[in-house]
Amino acid sequence: MSTESTTGSGATTRATGVPSAADPAAPALRATGVGKSFTARKGEVVALTGVELEVAPGEFVSLIGPSGCGKSTLLRLIADLDAPTSGELTIFGKPAHQARLDQDYGIAFQQAGLLPWRSVGANIALPLELHGVERAARAARVAELAELVGLTEFVDRHPDELSGGMQQRVAIARSLAAKPRLLLMDEPFGALDEMTREYLQSELARIAAETGAAVVFVTHSIPEAVFLSDRVVVMSPRPGRITDVVATPLGARRDDGLRESPEYYAHVTAVREALHGTPTHRPGEP
Amino acid sequence: MSPVVVARPPRRTAPPAWARIVAPIVVGLLLLAVWILWVDVLGTAPRALPSPIAIGQELVLRGEIIGKAMAVTATNALLGLVAGALLAVVLAALAAASRPLDGMLAPLVAALAVIPIVALTPIFNTMFGASSQFGRQAVAGIAAFVPVFVNVLRGLRQTRPVHRDVLRSVAASPWQTFRVLTLPTAVPYLLTGLRIAASLAVIAALVAEYFGGPADGVGTAIASYAKSGRAALAWAFVAGGIAIGLVFFLATTLLERLVARRLPV
Repeated sequence: MSTESTTGSGATTRATGVPSAADPAAPALRATGVGKSFTARKGEVVALTGVELEVAPGEFVSLIGPSGCGKSTLLRLIADLDAPTSGELTIFGKPAHQARLDQDYGIAFQQAGLLPWRSVGANIALPLELHGVERAARAARVAELAELVGLTEFVDRHPDELSGGMQQRVAIARSLAAKPRLLLMDEPFGALDEMTREYLQSELARIAAETGAAVVFVTHSIPEAVFLSDRVVVMSPRPGRITDVVATPLGARRDDGLRESPEYYAHVTAVREALHGTPTHRPGEP
Repeated sequence: MSPVVVARPPRRTAPPAWARIVAPIVVGLLLLAVWILWVDVLGTAPRALPSPIAIGQELVLRGEIIGKAMAVTATNALLGLVAGALLAVVLAALAAASRPLDGMLAPLVAALAVIPIVALTPIFNTMFGASSQFGRQAVAGIAAFVPVFVNVLRGLRQTRPVHRDVLRSVAASPWQTFRVLTLPTAVPYLLTGLRIAASLAVIAALVAEYFGGPADGVGTAIASYAKSGRAALAWAFVAGGIAIGLVFFLATTLLERLVARRLPV
């Protein structure tokens, strides 16, 4: 048991008695030499190669890049929804598989993925219900989360009675149900209109600050990445890899005022240049 | 690729709601009038086709024995439907869970779907005794099994990838995934299967009575009264059979509608 916990190399040398206890000193996420290839009809396709990434607890990191750069693949590997072909992924010092079993992370997808036959409250409570949390504790947590995402009056409604933005807020509440310290988000606002999108970005910035959770956020929108993140990881396709990491230190104030500020524009430009500076740039673009 | 739709072709205006109810009633009444004209006024109809008035009289006069026969047939159909559907759900769940088992069951079900099931009734009657209703119930059960199995198996494979990802991300066990996601996803398919199976079970239970067994039930009565020349009474029992079929169909359709309203997929 105690030998297991030393597998997260470097920061996790302390042996903890309980195998599932997360190491508070470990980074929220550490990826070392992570690669993923699929076997297609025409031989092997490399979706992701040589990914080195570390995310500190409470840090907000976006993954950005064109289609096929492997950003969603990387997120799925972190979530242990798929297994990497090479390299190692640890979440708070634990292997990704163990972290999934221990619900150390919450995840939200582009589709809200709510169960249509369950009420909003029952959807939020799903992770708790599956892990045997008692009814009273569940109800209390649902009330707390519904307030956090501003859906208190909609707890008894069904998903089809909600707008796309509201459904996505339910999905975020569900991802936070087990109080994870890492939140994984795969283009959660990708299918929403611009107004809802900006509103939910501000909401997410607030929620991330309130919960203190680290966030790995996949997007293909430069302004969205800059607005939300402490760091933006720029990725590039064929093969999918990390080409640049842009620090976007805009401080704790992530509100609509920020969208007008000159430093915000400066960071947007920096990320755009990092994106287009990659070998995949199209002719005619600066 | 025309960017704007300029003019729509003039749509046929839908008939008003009252017309949709009244129109079939009018058609029904007209048919009834032609029937009466043919049998009672012109008198040129064959002897086996009595007047609807005579059938109505028999229905009122022999209501009690018709009701008893209907209860026997309906009970056989219901027991067969419930047992067949239960077995179908269990086997479909097993087939969905295990590929090899699916491979074993698929040809069996295909074979079951093509046997003329009521043809087994005389054999069942000999096997379980001529006074037992079991043969008829078994026939209704086999008839109900096939559509429920096929639909449920299909329904169990309709889970969406995003839902499977969500359940995997919260570390749901295979049984939890089945209970929370796979089974609820299959419910609308189960109900469609049940609706089809309900009509089949009634038909199978009734037709099975033509092949012997106990001397009760709607089918037996139709056969014996038709043979003995009491056409009006035979037709009254036919009406009873239609009523059973209608009740089964309406009940399952209502169930399907109710659940469909609650489960917008």
